[in-house]
Amino acid sequence: MSDATTHDTHEHHDHGPDRGLMRWITTTNHKDIGTLYLIFAFVMLFVGGAMSLVIRAELFQPGLQFVNPDFYNQMVTMHALIMVFGMIMPAFVGFANWMIPMMIGAPDMALPRLNNWSFWILPFAGVLLLSTLFMDGGGPASGWTLYPPLVLQTGDALPFAIFAVHLLGVSSIMGSINIIVTILNMRAPGMTLLKMPMFVWTWLITAYLLIAVMPVLAGGVTMLLTDAFFGTSFFQAAGGGDPVLFQHIFWFFGHPEVYIIILPAFGIISQIIPTFSRKKLFGYESMVFATGSIAFLSFIVWAHHMFTVGMPLAGQLFFMMSTMLIAVPTGVKVFNWTSTMWKGSLSFETPMLFALGFLFLFTIGGFSGLMLAIAPADFQYHDSYFVVAHFHYVLVPGALYGAIAGAYYWLPKWTGYMYDETLGKWHFWLSTIFVNLTFFPQHFVGLAGMPRRIPDYAVQFTDFNAMSSIGSFGFGFSQLLMVYIVIKCVRGGKKATDQVWDGADGLEWTVPSPAPYHTFDDAPVVK
Amino acid sequence: MQKINWLSRYGAALLVGLLGGNVLQAQERSSLNMPVGVTDVSQKVFDLHMLILWICVVIAVVVFTAMIYCMVKFRKSQGAVPSGPSHSTLAEIIWTVIPVLILVSMAVPAARTLVEIEDTRDTEMTVKITGYQWKWHYEYLDEDVGFFSSLAADSNAARQLGSSIDPATVENYLLDVDNPLVVPTNTRIRYLITSNDVLHAWWMPDFAVKKDAIPGFINEGWFEVNEPGVYRGQCAELCGKDHGFMPIVVEALPPADYRAWLASQKGAI
Repeated sequence: MSDATTHDTHEHHDHGPDRGLMRWITTTNHKDIGTLYLIFAFVMLFVGGAMSLVIRAELFQPGLQFVNPDFYNQMVTMHALIMVFGMIMPAFVGFANWMIPMMIGAPDMALPRLNNWSFWILPFAGVLLLSTLFMDGGGPASGWTLYPPLVLQTGDALPFAIFAVHLLGVSSIMGSINIIVTILNMRAPGMTLLKMPMFVWTWLITAYLLIAVMPVLAGGVTMLLTDAFFGTSFFQAAGGGDPVLFQHIFWFFGHPEVYIIILPAFGIISQIIPTFSRKKLFGYESMVFATGSIAFLSFIVWAHHMFTVGMPLAGQLFFMMSTMLIAVPTGVKVFNWTSTMWKGSLSFETPMLFALGFLFLFTIGGFSGLMLAIAPADFQYHDSYFVVAHFHYVLVPGALYGAIAGAYYWLPKWTGYMYDETLGKWHFWLSTIFVNLTFFPQHFVGLAGMPRRIPDYAVQFTDFNAMSSIGSFGFGFSQLLMVYIVIKCVRGGKKATDQVWDGADGLEWTVPSPAPYHTFDDAPVVK
Repeated sequence: MQKINWLSRYGAALLVGLLGGNVLQAQERSSLNMPVGVTDVSQKVFDLHMLILWICVVIAVVVFTAMIYCMVKFRKSQGAVPSGPSHSTLAEIIWTVIPVLILVSMAVPAARTLVEIEDTRDTEMTVKITGYQWKWHYEYLDEDVGFFSSLAADSNAARQLGSSIDPATVENYLLDVDNPLVVPTNTRIRYLITSNDVLHAWWMPDFAVKKDAIPGFINEGWFEVNEPGVYRGQCAELCGKDHGFMPIVVEALPPADYRAWLASQKGAI
């Protein structure tokens, strides 16, 4: 990085960003790094999305038309790994980077160089993971859950895929440390914990979840590695190991992981609904408490993913009931969001539309989640398309809608320009119609007996699968509209005011739009 | 704003979708819902499923109605001014306590059914099921009868990449095997299940049975089929490239016919 000062027009700032590529490689600025995270996630959305379209193309009709079953399984596995670790998690870290310092009145993240490092691990981890598709034996084909013994049948790709998971985990842990340190140490004077915006609260809790469970995953996949290459038998029954142990380890990570994915979305929705209802968030303290309760419960429900492994009755009863309990704090959140709208003054700009889409469709995913918790019924639902429908409802119109809503909400603050509202609404309606066309029919085929992760199916499932495939292509191509909207917004348009949204509340709306390279050099005072 | 009406109508359409899935639940096999099945347990699981589904539908109607009401009633374009409260302890207590009560009302029948499913005492015969990549092996313990059960040849030919055989022309495409598991009706049958290689899961929707086959473990369960017939299911745990091609077929015969079949099998060996 050169020391040459490039004096820009803002006389208040003695140093702006470097020019050219080195700005992005060497940056320690939270806004630059946030942008990098968001761009990376956006690219990965299309990489992972393309894989899902391979899956849906093959499932359009019964019979095998395009890919062989092994490649199909690789697509299923990589789609999930890319979307979870490469898309949705980096997207929310991007939001955290951009918004947390601005929301708590801090000049930057607490650990800027660590921040640079935690981002720049990601592209390498992503490329490493994708490169496994070209290795001898193909990419991992055992599903993202990486269950042994099947995963041990992976070809050359196994150690590379595991190393990619390690790297992604390292990146997440470093990002989480940074977020926690920033939130706990760098709040503006007067910004007590219970005055923090909900998005900051949800990320604080998410970051703790990440630090708690990513090492568990890292340990589990490392044991896979030693089973495969160093002759250990952690999970191999022939050597006295236990294949079910891996499932316990994986889901001890995996269940908190689903809240790691959804809690930041909860936070974004909790910012947007009050803004466009022109009211304060209803029941702020109970929202904080509900988020904490969900996080706690997420540690004691993991084996509901494993009701069919042959757990003892007492175990099944415990995990069934603890899982059902999660409906209570989740319900509190939904009721609070609805009450925020009660006697408000609502308008329906694109961020609000996506937030409302979230509210309806995430709730549907919540209902199917409650059904899945019921162990005896789960014997029918488990590993069927009903599960696929459930988790896509909470992940796509749930978590992804949270991210999209947040992007539209803060885009004017980031770029200084308003995005195209008409196109934004088109994006919402197209996405919402197609997302339901894609995933709602999957409830039906699942209940009627279609297992998940199969490349071909019995003919009675044809109609719903065809609908689902049409929906997925529609949804995928609708997202290209967002690329256009974002690029158009970055390049210009109607000037955004500092306040942007008349109902918006919070420190990020007190700084100019676009937010200058450095904000809050002098800490604001929060009353 | 007409967009809002559109959204509310769309929300309603979703609900109709949910309800539609229910109305068609009759006795014959539905392509929208879980089969009622042919065992007492599957009947109970189905009833439990419908109970929870209806509870969810009722809650959904209430919650979505409230959301839609807010969206229609409190619009800025209609001159709404923000006036609602931002906190209500009473409301929060109510919407914490009521869900807890609803959950208890679900948990009680669920636990009762679970206890019944897990009671594997007093069974009359035992079948051992072993998963292989990619077929099943059935062994009738103490009877000296055992055989593999693989995807039927016509399905196998049609499912090859670029086979140019239309799956619709194949009877029971992907759901047919060469040697089905034959069991007697009205008999409490214990199954033991394990695997020879990777994880599999034996899923028979009509019995509400799904149990993982795990190498090194022997899981157990039971079923008692009430009606003679041929029942079809599939492997439910990803087990490699041909996971989608190892179906499960159970033929339930009246006990006398079953004994005749068993005798013929012994003769065959």
